[in-house]
Amino acid sequence: MKLIYEKSQAGRRASVIPRPEGLPAADVPEELRRAEPPRLPEVPEFELVRHFTELSTRNFGIDNGFYPLGSCTMKYNPRVNERLVMLPGFAQLHPHQEEDGAQGALELEWRLQEILMEVTGLDAVSLQPAAGSQGELTGLMLVRAYFEDQGESEQRRKVVIPDTAHGTNPASVTMAGYELTPVRTDARGNIDVEDLRGKVDEHTAALMLTNPSTLGLFDENIEEIKEIFHGAGALMYYDGANLNAVCGISRPGDMGFDIVHINLHKTFSQPHGGGGPGGGPIAVRKILEPYLPVPAVVHKEDGTFALDYARPKSIGKVRGFTGPFGVFVRSYAYIRMYGPLLREMSETAVLNANYVLARLKDAYDLPFDRLCMHEFVLSARSLKRDHGATALDVAKRLMDYGFHPPTVYFPLIVPEALMIEPTETETKETLDAFCDAMLAIAQEAADDVTLLKEAPHDRPVRRLDEVRAAKNPVVKYGFEPAPVA
Amino acid sequence: MAAVESYPDDLKYHEEHDWARIEGDEAVLGITWFAADALGELVHFEPPQAGATITKDSSYGEVESVKAVSDVIAPLSGEVLEVNQKVVDAPETVNLDPYGDGWLIRIRMSNASETDALLDVSAYKTVLADQ
Repeated sequence: MKLIYEKSQAGRRASVIPRPEGLPAADVPEELRRAEPPRLPEVPEFELVRHFTELSTRNFGIDNGFYPLGSCTMKYNPRVNERLVMLPGFAQLHPHQEEDGAQGALELEWRLQEILMEVTGLDAVSLQPAAGSQGELTGLMLVRAYFEDQGESEQRRKVVIPDTAHGTNPASVTMAGYELTPVRTDARGNIDVEDLRGKVDEHTAALMLTNPSTLGLFDENIEEIKEIFHGAGALMYYDGANLNAVCGISRPGDMGFDIVHINLHKTFSQPHGGGGPGGGPIAVRKILEPYLPVPAVVHKEDGTFALDYARPKSIGKVRGFTGPFGVFVRSYAYIRMYGPLLREMSETAVLNANYVLARLKDAYDLPFDRLCMHEFVLSARSLKRDHGATALDVAKRLMDYGFHPPTVYFPLIVPEALMIEPTETETKETLDAFCDAMLAIAQEAADDVTLLKEAPHDRPVRRLDEVRAAKNPVVKYGFEPAPVA
Repeated sequence: MAAVESYPDDLKYHEEHDWARIEGDEAVLGITWFAADALGELVHFEPPQAGATITKDSSYGEVESVKAVSDVIAPLSGEVLEVNQKVVDAPETVNLDPYGDGWLIRIRMSNASETDALLDVSAYKTVLADQ
């Protein structure tokens, strides 16, 4: 397929606007004027439409089919979300709109905060962070602000993270200026509590934990872990990446966590995965509320809603205005569509995952054989040992069957990992079709491994050279040198 | 072409999939075929500085493939004498020849008795059997 620039012919236009006559030249200072016109592709409108329509057919999203990308919660994004977010009062709202002209938007933000407090079991929320990773960094900045107030910031320099964590956790720790204390996973897939005991002391600032973990397992020792950290005077941070497993069932605040980030784009259905906007609000215990970013969205005694900047201990702003507003509208709509049945969202996600796991566990290795939560991790270790078929080969072959591959090679502690998250929004027929494909692929590995090794066979592009892409990325169009005027 | 699986008899091994070739009071360090195969083709090696001190069982550098970034664990303690510039320039050298051209660093050992705690080839193969 040609690039749009390769279709360009000098002088072609998508639309021709009549030249105005007799208008004075625009009053732009000479030094701000372009020396030459921008290099835009020159194509007629229908070429433009065909180009991007064709490009869209090369894409694979949740609207095309099943997308069990573990840890990413690629659930269907209902169309009603889009309808609501396009309401003029939301879509055309200016971020500098006066508060009295934006009461509906502020009320929606306040209501979303209240819901997130209930879901997490905590006391206050800031919607501002724009992604899970930014929620993590914001959370660690709150930890630091809190211990500075306690006079313990010099003493508490360490943050404990299990070896199953998302890579963003250690990155956030480093960015926040803390030192990493890694802790191992035990044979049942829980944090190794014995390893943990020796590593938590008066120098520990916080734990960062995803629960259920990236193995899709709920930590059975969470009560004991809570005692260890609270006993040492440290705080607990809950990475909400896997919150889709527990909504309405168990609450991080009740497990002892002091700070939680919520991935609105995962749990509450904002389209994501193609670089679209995310949302990473954080919920905190009362003792941390004074440090939350400003402005806070508050409900005043006179019944109106307002932005409150009068928070002298606040860490400041972490993003413009109050955060990614369109994400809030979609998330609020998704939550209200479930209403009091939000628990069913998580129950169905967990049921779907266990159904797929039960069908696949005999054909693949299962490193931790327990009931899973909303996702699970298989290993292609035996396929690799017996037939030379790796997790990557299985993933590529799944594309031929019309499915998006699962996450592979993560978490790092499982060799040849295949991490599968079906979400709550799929039918049994779809889950069965996926399981049938996975079982067929395991059989193909034994019968004719080249089918896997050379996959995908019937996609717009075949196996990509990932090493070359990593080493020599070409990320911008190579223009010819500019013609001399 | 990646190398064929092998674990030379004359090397000492560390359970984190590192090897050491002892040469007097110096040692040459690298990662094993198993580690290189698990990572896939390497695209980056982040070496320590020559002159730096490395500590047994702690990370002294990073290797990166399209799958993952991984710490390289020091099997022995000592001072870095030399970094293999060939691997810095062409990290895939490790996949091609993990025990030869794909060595990572040369150190002067600070505690030669640490070599006693390393694994011989048969003990390392027992570690691999559990993977």
